[in-house]
Amino acid sequence: MDLTHTEEDEEFRAGLRAWLAAVLPGLPPRPDPLDWPARRAYDCGWQRRLYDAGYGHVHWDASPARRLVFLEETERAGAPYVGANFVGLLHAGPTIAAEGTPEQRERWLEPVLRGDEVWCQGFSEPGAGSDLASLRTRAVRDGDAYVVTGQKIWTSHAEVADWCELLVRTGTEGPRHRGITWLALPMDAPGVTVRPLRTLAGSAEFAELFLDEVRVPVANRVGEEDDGWRVTMVTLSFERGTAFVGEVVACRRLLGELARTARANGTWDDPALRRRLGRLSAEFLALWRLTQRNVSEAGAGGVPGTGGSVFKLHYSHARQELYDAAAEVLGPDALDLGREWTLDRLSSLSYTIAAGTSQIQRNIVAERILGLPKGR
Amino acid sequence: MDFRPSEDQRDLARGMRELLAGRFGREALRAAADGPARLDRALWKELGEAGLFALRLPEAAGGVGLGLPEAVLLFEEAGRALLPGPLVATHLAAGRVPGAAEGTAVVTEVSPEGLLPWADDADVVLGPAAGAVPVRSVDPLTPLHRVPGGPAGLRWEAVLLTAAEQVGSAAWCTDAAVAYAGQREQFGQVIGGFQAVKHLCAGMLVRTELARAAVHGAAVTAEPVEIAGAKLLADEAAVANARDCLQVHGGMGFTWEADVHLHLKRAWVRAALLLPGARAAERVADAL
Repeated sequence: MDLTHTEEDEEFRAGLRAWLAAVLPGLPPRPDPLDWPARRAYDCGWQRRLYDAGYGHVHWDASPARRLVFLEETERAGAPYVGANFVGLLHAGPTIAAEGTPEQRERWLEPVLRGDEVWCQGFSEPGAGSDLASLRTRAVRDGDAYVVTGQKIWTSHAEVADWCELLVRTGTEGPRHRGITWLALPMDAPGVTVRPLRTLAGSAEFAELFLDEVRVPVANRVGEEDDGWRVTMVTLSFERGTAFVGEVVACRRLLGELARTARANGTWDDPALRRRLGRLSAEFLALWRLTQRNVSEAGAGGVPGTGGSVFKLHYSHARQELYDAAAEVLGPDALDLGREWTLDRLSSLSYTIAAGTSQIQRNIVAERILGLPKGR
Repeated sequence: MDFRPSEDQRDLARGMRELLAGRFGREALRAAADGPARLDRALWKELGEAGLFALRLPEAAGGVGLGLPEAVLLFEEAGRALLPGPLVATHLAAGRVPGAAEGTAVVTEVSPEGLLPWADDADVVLGPAAGAVPVRSVDPLTPLHRVPGGPAGLRWEAVLLTAAEQVGSAAWCTDAAVAYAGQREQFGQVIGGFQAVKHLCAGMLVRTELARAAVHGAAVTAEPVEIAGAKLLADEAAVANARDCLQVHGGMGFTWEADVHLHLKRAWVRAALLLPGARAAERVADAL
């Protein structure tokens, strides 16, 4: 039970902190959230700065403890997060690094790290959400290419992506987790159509992806044919592991801001509200400790385990509760879309759904950790 | 950084779990709950010999020389076994009250909320106990007196160790619910196969793990605000898990014979004894 970092990690922290203090004031202003090309340019520009300063690889080859320090410091300093590079840095990249051939790693990894190429994710389909393994987008082998036809949904950053990590069905025999294949789809291939999907927050955060007889070279397949489900699980366990470190730090900062606002506008005098904020503060500190424990376990065992599901179940709920409490502090201002809090409150409604709904996460916890039988 | 308990720490906890399984298993718990509430002095002495009370005394003073992280692991085991007695008060009295460290003296203390557990069995009563009036305690294994006067000073270590007991109790409730759900059949299958039941159990594990992370973190930092937050989450985990465990047990959960009500009642006592929910939340909010 040791929360102190090694001397090397503390030196890394000091160096990073000094570098952030030097570069952040010179950063261009944040782009309009609706301007996708500007967002891409901004996020890729930031990744390029990290790369040039020697921090481009941190998500991949640093120890989990050092990654924690990196995310803690960048969030505290108010630095940009991965943004449009989310899939490239945290999904497709780690998958290719783990499962790709030397040629594939050579071709795809460096451009992600340099901020030159952006990836999106084509997993979910209109008929395959929580039940991802029921996906039906077909890929038929034709010489040295797969011919792909189908529809994907919730494809983040599709408008500005160069590549899509795509799950397709290649086999129909046997259990349905077999017969899925992982392909790298070039987004400029003929037959690819992107249609923005407007969320309840009013923004086009996601897109639908239509694939009409798109030819994808067999050389773009990562892993074996029909083995894409296993390849994908490597990616998803990353998503449920340490992906939320920065957000917990951010929530603790937001809670501090909220308390300052409440003290200024008088709502702090209400004991029920005060205790609600106190309780949230206790929860976010506990979530930070849980993160530290999950990171410690990942450091000892490699790929993050089921601790990620326990974390996500509470975190997604607590974050929504944070915005509900914020609405109580803000009063009528909580109805003003001009307030950042209001947009963030709307966005937070996705947290109990994205990356495995709370109901799916409870099944995972009950079956894989508690050992209760599978069933409905 | 490695926030997991070390091998030595896990061994220590395992040793306490084995001791308690042998000396205070289910039979002993039921016998204690059904008889008059008296402390088992022989067991108290064995706990002393195992180092539960002298754990944090320096070795030079005859103690074990360990710290709060080890202490929370042992108190978690005590909470899991539902071990009765003023364990926290006696632990904190080690080195100050003769016999406390060795387990030859039972020491109790007036809680900051004006509650005094185990007054009749204790050799030493600390704090302003004048005018104490007996209460018919809701918990058959915690005799209580009420002491007039307002809230008194708080010892943060007492808050933390009480929270650790709550975590142990929450973990026991999760295990008991899962075991029952894996064995009780209705509609032709074990009820643990139904999502409605599974999700209750998953929620119990999430509460326990969150509270445990909070308690372990607070044991490392020993910061009052972190301890207050840990107590808040541990109280909730212990009470809510006992409620859900009772629910999973169905009608059987409402009987005297099922152990779960003993966990619920003790969880209520530990929650009310010191820094109850509203006070804990206020203390954390103060620091925002």
